Amino acid sequence: MTEPIRTPDPLTPKPRQQSEAAVLADARRRSRRSFIGLGLASLAGLGGWRWLLSRPDDAGIPHPLRQVLDANGRLSRAYFKETRLAPEFARSRARTPRENGDVGLDSELDADAWRLRVQAYGTGKLQEFTLADIKALPKVEMTTELKCIEGWSVVVHWAGARLSDFLARYPLATRNGRPADPLHPPADLAPYVGMLTPDEQYYVGLDMASALHPQTLLCYEMNGQPLTPGHGAPLRLVTPLKYGIKHLKRIGTIAFADTRPKDYWAELGYDWDAGH
Amino acid sequence: MKQLVEKHPLAIRWFHWVNFPVLSLMIWSGLWIYWANDVYRIGWGHTTLFKFFPQSFNDALHLDHKLAQGMSWHFVLMWVFFGNGVLYVLYTIISGEWRYLLPTRHSFREAVLVTLHDLGLYKKPLPVRKFNGAQQIAYTSVILMGLGSVLTGLAIYKPVQFGWLTQALGGYEFARIIHFVLTLGYVLFFIVHIAQVVRAGWNNFRAMVAGFEVEEINPATHEIVAGPTSLPAADASLSSK
Repeated sequence: MTEPIRTPDPLTPKPRQQSEAAVLADARRRSRRSFIGLGLASLAGLGGWRWLLSRPDDAGIPHPLRQVLDANGRLSRAYFKETRLAPEFARSRARTPRENGDVGLDSELDADAWRLRVQAYGTGKLQEFTLADIKALPKVEMTTELKCIEGWSVVVHWAGARLSDFLARYPLATRNGRPADPLHPPADLAPYVGMLTPDEQYYVGLDMASALHPQTLLCYEMNGQPLTPGHGAPLRLVTPLKYGIKHLKRIGTIAFADTRPKDYWAELGYDWDAGH
Repeated sequence: MKQLVEKHPLAIRWFHWVNFPVLSLMIWSGLWIYWANDVYRIGWGHTTLFKFFPQSFNDALHLDHKLAQGMSWHFVLMWVFFGNGVLYVLYTIISGEWRYLLPTRHSFREAVLVTLHDLGLYKKPLPVRKFNGAQQIAYTSVILMGLGSVLTGLAIYKPVQFGWLTQALGGYEFARIIHFVLTLGYVLFFIVHIAQVVRAGWNNFRAMVAGFEVEEINPATHEIVAGPTSLPAADASLSSK
């Protein structure tokens, strides 16, 4: 066998004639260099970590982390397709979910006096709707998984009107009052929608694509019964595209916006998108 | 006579030492997330042998009420974990290192012998190679586990947009269980890995930092006569002369 000609390379074995002392000296030198390198790299990593933690707080988390979460959200929205549906389940699997939040529900509900107030995009004019107006829209039923951001999930049967049907019937989400067709969104469609409880103590923001998704409902029935106050009577948002924290109970006001509307849990360190 | 023998390429040493803190922080932030719904246990019916995790564990590590922070770190560091893993796999493919790392049809038998040997039940010397069968299986499995963590993570992170993936992994709740079990797998891997590194000794550990091992070479034949681990079979740069 012939040996191919090698160019000198620090990573190939040293010439054999080297004395043992020279080999060990070489080993010590390389070890020292490498361990110092690893030490410096660890210090740099630790320094980077401490720097991250020292950045100004942005709604509960260091600003750079918030920027990455927002970038994740943009990536996720770029991949989003309204034709992808959350899986539906047999109705027999539906259970009653835990009442996992009562912010915004402190006051006694006066069902007769309740109105859904929608602020038109552009003009900002308020329009009021009764529950009967919502029920007059096509009734959509679905049995989907309600996923809590805490990590649990439960299958629930919901009924209500699609938000997209509502905005097609009442074209309040566009500047010039054209209906908002989710498949061909008009150019003057608002990019965001915000919702608030009547007392404005709880509020969520949604991107318009999620809002117009066919499984995003203005919901008035859960498991075949009208919503109870604890579950958001008379009207709540339900969307399997988002964690439960976005399923605002007892909707008071819906408004449209050019920038991300304020969001209760996003102010407390959570991802604004909190979506799927 | 003694000689330096190259073992781990610089790139692999970097991937290894970047992965160590990043995976640790992924597990740590994962524990903050898991705390918010800590429902897993080993048991049946009303009998629980072990709960993940006992209150004392949560208290000792202060894991409580950090869900938002945990999620934010998890969804930032996932990129580093994923990127480092992809670069590692690409590197092993391009450099040819995969030849030492992938198990062969002999690896499984050899892994049994290695295990028996390490338990003191098999006295004959083990084959002298860069990675023995047990190592090949372990180091390949842990990469597949990493892939599993990325896929199950994606399945529970975006269960509607990646609904096909979530369904393929047994649904939202089952994907979360796999994601958790894989994490337990890393912890087990870590325990065995540390034990083996301690057993193998300084020469072996130093190779993951400095890249080389010091070996005893027969000056006449240039063959390695002693050393805790040795040249890869395919690396003929010393022994073929």
